[in-house]
Amino acid sequence: MKLVLVDLGCGNLGSVRLALGRFGIEPVVTADAEEIVSADKVILPGVGAAGFAMERIGALGLRGPLSSLKQPALGICLGMQLLFDRSDEEATDCLGIIPGQVRRLEPAPGLPVPHMGWSRVEVRDPELGLVSGDYLYFAHSFACDDGPATAASATHGRGIPAVVRSGNWLGAQFHPERSGEAGARFLESFLQ
Amino acid sequence: MPARRIIPCLDVKDGRVVKGVRFRDHRDAGDIVEQATRYRDEGADELVFYDISASAEDRTLDLDWVREIARVIDIPFTAAGGLRTRDQGAACLDAGADKLSINSPALERPELIEELARDFGSQCVVLGVDSYQRDGDYFVHQYTGSPDKSRDTGLRTLDWVRDVCDRGAGEVVLNCMSRDGVRSGYDLDHVAAVMGALTVPVIASGGAGAPEHFRDAFVAGASGALAATVFHDRIIAIPDLKEYLAKCGIEMRR
Repeated sequence: MKLVLVDLGCGNLGSVRLALGRFGIEPVVTADAEEIVSADKVILPGVGAAGFAMERIGALGLRGPLSSLKQPALGICLGMQLLFDRSDEEATDCLGIIPGQVRRLEPAPGLPVPHMGWSRVEVRDPELGLVSGDYLYFAHSFACDDGPATAASATHGRGIPAVVRSGNWLGAQFHPERSGEAGARFLESFLQ
Repeated sequence: MPARRIIPCLDVKDGRVVKGVRFRDHRDAGDIVEQATRYRDEGADELVFYDISASAEDRTLDLDWVREIARVIDIPFTAAGGLRTRDQGAACLDAGADKLSINSPALERPELIEELARDFGSQCVVLGVDSYQRDGDYFVHQYTGSPDKSRDTGLRTLDWVRDVCDRGAGEVVLNCMSRDGVRSGYDLDHVAAVMGALTVPVIASGGAGAPEHFRDAFVAGASGALAATVFHDRIIAIPDLKEYLAKCGIEMRR
């Protein structure tokens, strides 16, 4: 299987690449459109800011190729947020694969932001490799709108999608590579 | 609010885990990867690795052990020690660290926090603060990894944490130096004061000696509690600690 890890030059690919190694997979790390389009599976990781990431996607000519992928693809954290129409983070137009907006989480007493740590999830889609009650690791200040694409949800002040699914795309707001045994189940299910 | 986090802290010196009392007299406490794996298996929610002499020796941390840890564990970990530039931070994240903890270098050049937060997001920028009680207030100390270079900056801790979080830090590890390694409990008043000044998660550090101390830190509102001695010396087992805290009504990942 050819798995491409999209390298936007702004994320930490390290933890995802090493996690795939635990499944015996050596991903192709690239930003080349042809390589991405010809992959069996694609992972779009992301740590950083939406504005900078979309700028990189534009500069690398990846907007069209990413939007028209047909093979199974997974966006992680910022990589999931980029699938939506628009992010409030630096008022950024994103890929528009999933309808909805990405909004800032508002802190409140007893509710610090970033949402950082292990949150319990409710699972709506039985084919994610996850079960309701699993704890998954989150680290984010912006969150996607809850909507028809939500496949698993967590709560941090408001309900936030932990996993979204739309066609060939999956998005994980949590970090599967850092979510222990439950995260490994999720990754394994995507890699199968 | 997510489950409260139990965070073993591993001080690293010359590639080995060490532990000192009140930042002095470091003694060997084991191999890094073995220790990381042990804590992961016992149910630690996150790990912190401080290369304690890096800042004082004017060098950055060794990426080899960051890669080794990232390869073997599947829980988040923070790396710290002499990260002075945006590019050193990038290299450390690329080696597989989830978060960067910045302490002395932020005191040298606070703009570093802005640069890291802008390029990698606030969620991976942690401010480490060594806070010392003096004259009825708390002040920030620098270069605490080296007894010879350690100094009082004269900065009030509350002013400093506010400033750095305005610059984009996404979490604060508050280490109360007068409690470090003494096992008499976290400085709860100080934790509460710092939390009151900030909207980001605050991690209590320094002074844990008994399960009740963790409970008190969480009741005071800390998002996580960090400890070294009680875990390294097997005075408290993490599974027992989590069971106790859950019985106290504190949400734990188990």
